[in-house]
Order: sequence, then structure tokens, then C-alpha cells
Amino acid sequence: MTFPHRHLLGIEALRPEEINTLLDLADTYAALSRQPDKHADALTGLTQINMFFENSTRTQASFEIAGKRLGADVMNMAMQASSVKKGETLIDTALTLNAMHPDLLVVRHPHSGAVDLLAQKVNCAVLNAGDGRHEHPTQALLDALTIRRAKGRLHRLSIAICGDIAHSRVARSNIMLLGKMENRLRLIGPPTLLPSGISEFGVEVFEDMTEGLRDVDVVMMLRLQKERMDGGFIPSEREYYHRYGLDAEKLAVAKPDAIVMHPGPMNRGVEIDGTLADDINRSVIQDQVEMGVAVRMAAMDLLARNLRLTREAQ
Amino acid sequence: MTELNLINARLVDPETGTVSKGGVRVKDGRIVEHLPYGARPSGPCVDCDLKYLAPGIVDIGVKVCEPGERHKESYGSAGLAAAAGGVTTMVTRPDTTPAIDSPETLEFVTRRANEAAPVNVLVMAALTKGRAGREMTEIGFLMDAGAVAFTDCDRVVTDTKVFSRALSYAQGLGALVIAHPQDPGLSRGAAATSGKFASLRGLPAVSPMAERMGLDRDIALVEMTGARYHADQITCARALPPLARAKANGLDITAGTSIHHLTLNALDVADYRTFFKLKPPLRDEQDRLAIADAVKSGLIDIISSMHTPQDEESKRLPFEEAASGAVALETLLPAAMQLYHADLIDLPTLWRAMALNPAKRLGLESGRLSIGAPADLVLFDPDAPFLMDRAALRSKSQNTPFDGARMQGRVLATYVAGRCVYERS
Repeated sequence: MTFPHRHLLGIEALRPEEINTLLDLADTYAALSRQPDKHADALTGLTQINMFFENSTRTQASFEIAGKRLGADVMNMAMQASSVKKGETLIDTALTLNAMHPDLLVVRHPHSGAVDLLAQKVNCAVLNAGDGRHEHPTQALLDALTIRRAKGRLHRLSIAICGDIAHSRVARSNIMLLGKMENRLRLIGPPTLLPSGISEFGVEVFEDMTEGLRDVDVVMMLRLQKERMDGGFIPSEREYYHRYGLDAEKLAVAKPDAIVMHPGPMNRGVEIDGTLADDINRSVIQDQVEMGVAVRMAAMDLLARNLRLTREAQ
Repeated sequence: MTELNLINARLVDPETGTVSKGGVRVKDGRIVEHLPYGARPSGPCVDCDLKYLAPGIVDIGVKVCEPGERHKESYGSAGLAAAAGGVTTMVTRPDTTPAIDSPETLEFVTRRANEAAPVNVLVMAALTKGRAGREMTEIGFLMDAGAVAFTDCDRVVTDTKVFSRALSYAQGLGALVIAHPQDPGLSRGAAATSGKFASLRGLPAVSPMAERMGLDRDIALVEMTGARYHADQITCARALPPLARAKANGLDITAGTSIHHLTLNALDVADYRTFFKLKPPLRDEQDRLAIADAVKSGLIDIISSMHTPQDEESKRLPFEEAASGAVALETLLPAAMQLYHADLIDLPTLWRAMALNPAKRLGLESGRLSIGAPADLVLFDPDAPFLMDRAALRSKSQNTPFDGARMQGRVLATYVAGRCVYERS
């Protein structure tokens, strides 16, 4: 089993076989998580600190549960309420925490590249839980695992990603991961929500959702941030829902067994029809949440193994 | 004053566009005679050993952080850096804290500069008070106090009424206005140039079109007012056609670019290296080559260092939050040699853009090798290789994107009015 990385900062640095290694391990943790006794000891004795410079409920909870199931001592730091407010720089915060000898640092930050910067200054393993609009690797990995379990494979699928791609780190990590695994990608959204240079991404771009969804195997919806709803990027919520909201009618052109995904939290009636989101035959949204814990357990396990090997070597 | 003969050099003459073997005789701070190769006149001689002798660089747009942030750069440290970089005239920016927008501040700065810097310093003043874009500064008084040009630096005067009046008033006095062509609405919040790279890195980005839009607007106002106008940095191909048209139409317009936009591109930012964060942001390779071509053709008149010192604290931040700008007084010449070695721009053309044109634009006698010109000279070896180490820079701030780079081309000696202000040991 090879996963030669000190940190998990993005999908960009991972090779296809490393992604498979991680997903295979995550499969075993998904099984473990369904047992009455959910404990394993991969992280026993290790300290995991979750540093979230940006609000998060689900991702933070997912990382916390993952760490606890593997036996780590988990601590959550709400960075918005802390010394950052007092003017401490990111690097000073990192150095302060580093002095407490954490082993795993889970970081979310509103600025792209901030987690990379922090990782350069600490001597523990760093997991990127989302940096600006750059990457959110564990989300892409949990999406990949969900797809693999639902479709039986993670290659040669036709996958549509719809919505606010320009501002989405989830979309970037997914585009990279699904591209590396040799899938056919379609991006759907209004031009204001598509990133610049998109023609060089090796994807197909659609402004018309029905056209874009034709015969796809997977539909990934993205969350539309509240602050982008009014006038700036789209004219209104209702026009957006009309053109880019996923409902049964639009989904009808996809393959009959196409699955529907959403990273959450959902805006029902903005980007996705509520009934569709709850349809257990189409929606795998709850599976995504479940796989999230499994993937994070696998990621921390692999990084902890490398950490222990490095320390033994010293 | 004493005499000096610089002999057996290769003379880089931007006026004639030639490189020829020979020397110059300097007396009372001026070039008084051209010496044939091999001549050894009486009096003190420096044998240049067939290295290259060129007019000293006239660098428009140097930020020295006095008043306000002397810890980032003082006239002393900037002057030493300039001397070591072959820059014999620094034309300094008014984007200090407070801004240089009154004759009193200007006098303070001029006095500091004369005390501390071993090279010539000319000072620019703000175009509007506090660089706030609302009221014009005392352009007349400031000219009397020695301001050579008026600029709000990287701030765009967005109110076209205010800007057009400032241009008109400046026109009446014959003052040169330097502006930063950029549409501030389109470029708001941007940290990179839009495109695949910025999208992959998740950085807020601006289309190069914002520069073209800013230039289009400024050209219209220059046509309206007849002002003397210089665009500080033209960095993208899209801005070149309107610039060419404006020049062809006879407007009093010149344009500059920065050495970084000529030698680096957006991909150099790599993993969020904040020393590569500039304003405007680095462009793609096609733009870089188009700009180099425009310098070669003369469409772009001037190359500047856009020397912008930033301390470690303002750069050790996530890319979006980090300050923009790079120091470049000492790296301007070696970086320019990259263009020479890549066969993009030859030496006389480089010196036309780094010395002759800026001097002409400011009405200075320097920037040339002709008889009677001030003996502001740089002796350099375009081939000498070295590993750039930012810790060795003389600037108080060492935010150079060339740290660790293999460079070629070193300054051997710098003369200001015939006096040696730097000699490489």
C-alpha cells in the first residue's frame, strides 16, 4: 500500500493508484463504521487538532468523528473566536499550535493557499479541509468513494458538475480527481459562475442544463452561496432555479440509473428540488455524508502511518 | 573637479543604437570626449577590459518608504541598492505614508534624498491630495519645489471629472502626469490574471482587459486635454493596439512596463509564492513576449524596476492577503540581461528603454553617452553568472522574485557625475 505523502493538501498531488489505495482503505472503514463497536486504534496516542478559520458544522463533525473512531485525542479550535481576532498572523498561530505537538492538523481557511502556507511551518501532518476556492480534497475523495460504490467503478463514467463552479473548491478537487481517473466531465452553469480559462480544463462546458445532463451517469450539484444569489452573479434565485435547479424533469434526460449528489448543505428549491434530494432511488446525498467519515478515517490513517515511519527514521 | 578616463570599453550607445569599442573622457562630471579603442590619455585611467559601458539607468517609479515606513526602505538603503544596480537616477514615487502631496513633504523628501543617497534622486508628487482622487494637488508649487511628474501611483483617479481637470491643469503647466491604466471596478479584489492557472489555484483574478479599458479611458482624456501623459505599466498585448493608435494620432503619450512583466509570467507564482504577487499581476507568456516585442519596436518607451519594498510580515501571508510588489533596483540589470541573452532585445535598445527614453521624458540630459552629457555611467559584464541570494541585497526589504535564481549579468562599477559610487569588489 503506497501513499507517499506527508500532508493531504489537494488532489493535484495525488496519483490514480494512490487515490485507489485511499478509497480501498476507506471501504474497510465504511464497513467498520456500520458495526456496533466502531473503534479502531490507528490513531491511538495521537493528537488531532481541527482548526477551522471558516464556519463549518458537517466537515468539522466528520473529521472529529473520524479521529475519535480511530482513537485520536481530538480538539476543536474555533479560530474565528480566537487569537486571529486579536491580530495574530496565520503563521504565528501555526507555530503556537505546533509547539503543543499535534500529530494531525485539520485546517479550513477562507483564502486559497493558506493551508499550503501553514503546512510549510509545522512538523505534523496537515489535512486540507477546504482553502478558499482552491481545494477540498476529502470532499472529492468521499464523492469518488460514493460514486465507486454506487456505480461499481470510478472510470469511464459521464459526470456532470452543475452550479457555481467558479467559487467552488469542491468543484476544483472533483474536476481534478475525476479527470485523473479518466472520466468524461461536463460542467454546467451560467457563464458568470464558470471559472476563467475553463476551455483548457479538458472538460465539456454547457450553459443549457438539459443539454449538459443528457445521458450522464452522475449529476453533482453544487451549493449556491447565499451572497451570490442577488444580482451580482445571477439575476435572482427563482431564475436560477428555473434554469439550473435540478428537478425530475431535467434529470429525465440523464441515464435512467443516474445518481444525484450534493456536497451539502443544500438550498432546497434553489439548486435542487427537495423531493428529488430525498428520493432514495436517485439521491446518494446521505451516502456521501457516511463516506465522508470513512474517507477521513482512511486519510488520517495513511498520513499517521507515514508520520510514524518518519519519526522512527529520525 | 577631477578628470577620469574610462578606456578600452564596449560603449553601449542608445542614441546611435550601436555597441562599439572605445572609451570616454570625463571632466567636471560630464563626458567631454570620446576616446578611440586603445587610446591611453594622460590623467587617471580605468581600463574597462572590454566590458560594457553604458549610460546609467534612469528608473522611473522607485518606491522609497520615506516618509512613513523607513524600516522597509530608506533613501540610504535604496541609494546603495541603486548604485549597486547601475541605477544612477532614481525617480521616486509619492505613495508613501503620508503621500507626497504638498511642497512641504516634497522638500523633506528631497532633503533626505540628497543627504542619504549616493545617486541622483528626482521626486514625483501625488496628482491628487492624499492620492484620494478628489482634489488635485498644488501642481505649480510642487513643480517649483522640484517635482518631476505627478502620479497617484497604483491608485486610479476614478472620477473622470477630477482626472480631466487635473490633466488640464497639468497641461497648462507642462507637467507630466503618470497614471496606472486599469479599470478599478473590473480588477477589484484580484490577486492574479484570469485564466487556467488562477482558476486552478482558486485565486480571485482580473482579465487583462481591465488594463486596456483603463488605457482607453486615459487616452480619451489625453485627447480631450492635450496633457503630457505616461502610462506607468503596460503589461498585456491587448493594450498595445490602442497605445499605437494614440501615438500615431500625435498625442503626447508614452508608456512604460516593469522588468518583472518582461521576465516572469503568471505560472511563476507556482504554489502561492507571494514574492511574485505584483500589481498588475503577472500575465501569461504570450503577453510577456508581446510586451518585449513592443519594447523592441519602441511602442513601449520605458522599462522600470517598479521597486516596491515590502517587509517579511506583509508577504508571509496567504496569497490574497499578502502585499503586492517586489524590490528590483539591484536586479533590474541582471534581469534585463535575460532579455538580451534570449535574443529578445539587444543592448542599445535596452538602454534606450532604461536610460535614454526616461531621461528624455523627464527632460534630463542624462541617459546618453554624447559629449556634454552628465557622466552617469554603468560598467557591466552581461555574461557574468551568479546565484541570486536575496540576503545579499542592499535594500532593507528583500522581497525579490529572483531569490535563488541563476542570473547572468553583473554591474562592475557605477559612476554618478564621474564619481564612482559603486565598485564590485
